[in-house]
Amino acid sequence: MSFATPASVSDVESGLAAHGYLADEGLATAIFLAMSMGRPLLLEGEPGVGKTEVAKSLSALTGGELLRLQCYEGLDASQALYEWDYPRQLLHLRAAEAAGTISSDVAAVENELYSERFLVRRPLLDAISDRHAVAPVLLIDELDRADDEFEAFLLEVLADNAVTIPELGTFRATVPPIVIITSNRTRDVHDALKRRCLYHWVEHPDLEREIAIVQSRVPDASELLSRQVSRLVAELRTIGLFKPPGVAETIDWVMALSALGRTELDSASVDASLGAVVKYREDAERVRAHGIDALVDSATTPTK
Amino acid sequence: MTAMDDQGILGLVELLRTAGLSVPVGNLVSFVEAVGIAGGDLRSIYWCGRATLTHSPIDIEVYDRVYRHWILGTEIGLTEMVASIPESLVVDDDGVTNDEQPESSDVETSDSTVLRFSRTETLRSMDFAELDADERSEVDRLIADMRLNAMTRLSRRRRPSKRASGVPDLRRTVRESLRTGGEPINRRTLQRTRVARRVVIIADISGSMASYSRSLIRYAHAAVSARSQVEAFALGTRLTRLTRELDTRDPDKALQRASDSVADWSGGTRLGEGLRQFNDQWGTKGMARGSIVVILSDGWDRGEPEQLAIEMARLSRVAHRILWVNPLKASDGYAPLARGMAAALPFVDEFIEGHSLASLDRLSSILSGNSSRPVRSMVTSTPEEVTR
Repeated sequence: MSFATPASVSDVESGLAAHGYLADEGLATAIFLAMSMGRPLLLEGEPGVGKTEVAKSLSALTGGELLRLQCYEGLDASQALYEWDYPRQLLHLRAAEAAGTISSDVAAVENELYSERFLVRRPLLDAISDRHAVAPVLLIDELDRADDEFEAFLLEVLADNAVTIPELGTFRATVPPIVIITSNRTRDVHDALKRRCLYHWVEHPDLEREIAIVQSRVPDASELLSRQVSRLVAELRTIGLFKPPGVAETIDWVMALSALGRTELDSASVDASLGAVVKYREDAERVRAHGIDALVDSATTPTK
Repeated sequence: MTAMDDQGILGLVELLRTAGLSVPVGNLVSFVEAVGIAGGDLRSIYWCGRATLTHSPIDIEVYDRVYRHWILGTEIGLTEMVASIPESLVVDDDGVTNDEQPESSDVETSDSTVLRFSRTETLRSMDFAELDADERSEVDRLIADMRLNAMTRLSRRRRPSKRASGVPDLRRTVRESLRTGGEPINRRTLQRTRVARRVVIIADISGSMASYSRSLIRYAHAAVSARSQVEAFALGTRLTRLTRELDTRDPDKALQRASDSVADWSGGTRLGEGLRQFNDQWGTKGMARGSIVVILSDGWDRGEPEQLAIEMARLSRVAHRILWVNPLKASDGYAPLARGMAAALPFVDEFIEGHSLASLDRLSSILSGNSSRPVRSMVTSTPEEVTR
C-alpha cells in the first residue's frame, strides 16, 4: 500500500500507530494535510513530546528515506545544501599533474573539478535530488537554533523545491520531499516562513495515550510497570520542577526500570533510577523532599 | 464542497480577523483547500483551521475561543479581544510637542534652539518619575535617538580572512590553485565573525516602577528598531513578552497592553515567580544563554526571597551578564535592604541606577562592554544587609 498520498486522516493515524507513533487527531490531520497539500509542517512544543519522532515514524510509514538536518548556530549553505569535496579536488589536480594528463586549458580543468563526482550532497540538496522513487522525509530539526539568515535561505529552497548550483545548473525534485520542521521556540521563527507552513503545537499526551505510547515503545516492560510509571510521571509534572519530564523521559524510565528487572514500581528503584527522568540536581532534591514513598504510593494505588 | 460551506468557513475567518488574528489571503486559500481535502465536518474544519490559520500557542487560544463562538454562538467578548490589540496608528510624540509650542516659531528660532539645548542638559539628570508631560515627550524623543551596541561574542559563522593563520579556506584555495596549475600556492584562511550578544530586558511594571519601566521599554524599542537582538518582557504578577509589540508598534501601547493583561494589579510584583516563568519558558531553553539580562526593579518582592535567589542562580548559570537597574539606588543613602534585592544581589554583575537619561547612557556603555564597575564592592561593603 502506497502512502505517498494517504486517503484520509484516520489512515495516517492508524498507519503511524502501526509504526509505534500514537498521534492524536490534530497531529494526524496536520500530517495528512502536509502530505496532501505538499506543504512543510512546522511542529512546536515542549522538549520531549515527540516532535522529532514524527518524522522518523513518518519515514518508516511511507518508506521514504529520512534526511535529517540538525540546525545550529552558524549553519550555512555548505553544511545544509552542498559543498565541493576540496581534498579530492586537490588530490585530483596533483594526480593529473603527476600523470601528465592535466589540460593547459583552465576552463577545461575547471569543468572537470566542478563536476558531480566532486559534489558533496548535504541533506537539503539530497532531499530534492532525483534519486528518490518515494518522497523522502526531510526533517529540519530545531530550526530556532540556526540564525535568521538561514531561514531566508531555507524559504527559498522550500518555495521552489529546486536548487541552483552555479557550476552545474539547477537541481529539481522529481518527488518533492515531505518536510517536517521542528522548533523549541527559543526565538520566533519568521512570519514569512510560518505563513508557508502548516502549524501544529504538540501537546503532552493524556495519561491513557501516554501509557499506550510507552507500551508500544517498550513492549518488553510489564503493563503494570508502564501504567504506574506513566502515572508517577504525570504526578511529577504537577510538582513544579524546573524541567517537567516529557514522554521521552517516561519511555527512558520504563526502559531503565525494565532493564533493572522490575515489573512494578518500588521506592528503592525509583530513588536509584531517578536520573532517567529528572535532570537537574534541584529537581531531584525537590522530588525527594516531596517524598518518593508518597509518590510511589499514589502511583501504585489504583484510585480510578 | 458546496458554496454554503464556503460561506460558513469564511464567516469563521471573518470572526478570527475581528478577534485580532492576522489571516493573510494565502492562509485563507490554504484553509479552504485543506477543508476541501480533509472533509467539511466540524471536527475536520477545526483541525484544518488550526493547522493553516494559527502560528503560535497564543493564536491557538484565540482560535479556540472564536471557534466555540462560531459553533455555539457563545458570547466571548470579541470587542475585548479587539481592544487588546494595539492600533498601529498613533499620535506622534514630536507632534504633541510642536503643537504646544508658540505658533510664531519662526521668530523665536534661535531662542528655542538655545532653550532646547539647555533643557536637554537639565533633562539628562532629571529623574524619570518627576517629569511633566512636555519633558516626558522630550525625553522620549532623546531616548528614541539612543543606540544600543551590545558587546559581541565569537560567532560560529566564518568569513574569509586576510591573515595567514587560521582555518584553511579550501574553497578559495582550490579556486585560486587553478590559476597556478593546480598548485595551492596561495593558501586562504577563514576567521570567525563576531555577533552582538542578545540583550534581554525584564522590566517591573508595578506602580512605583511604571515611569522607569516605560523609559526602559522605550529604550528597548529604539534598540529593536535599530535591528539589534533585543527581547523585552514586562513583569507584574506575571510575565508578559513584549518583543513582538516592540518590533513594529508603539511602545506605550505595548506597555499598556501588558499592564491590561495583569489581572490583580494591586497585588504587587512577584519577582521570584516572574523569573521562574522566564527561566522555564524562555531563559534556560536558550534565550538567556550567553546573553545580557537587564532586570529593572526596586527589588520589593511579595514572594519568598529564597525562590528569587534560586531563580537568579538558575539565570546566572546561563546568562553572560546580569545587570540590575534599580532607580532607587540614585537616592542618597540607599542600601539594598529590600529582601528581594538582597537575595538577588549576589548573582548580579552590575548594579546601576537607570533613573535618568544620563544613567541610561551609562547602561548603554555597560552593555557595549566599555565600562565596568563590579557590583562586588557594593556587596562586600554591606554584608549584614545581604545576609538579612
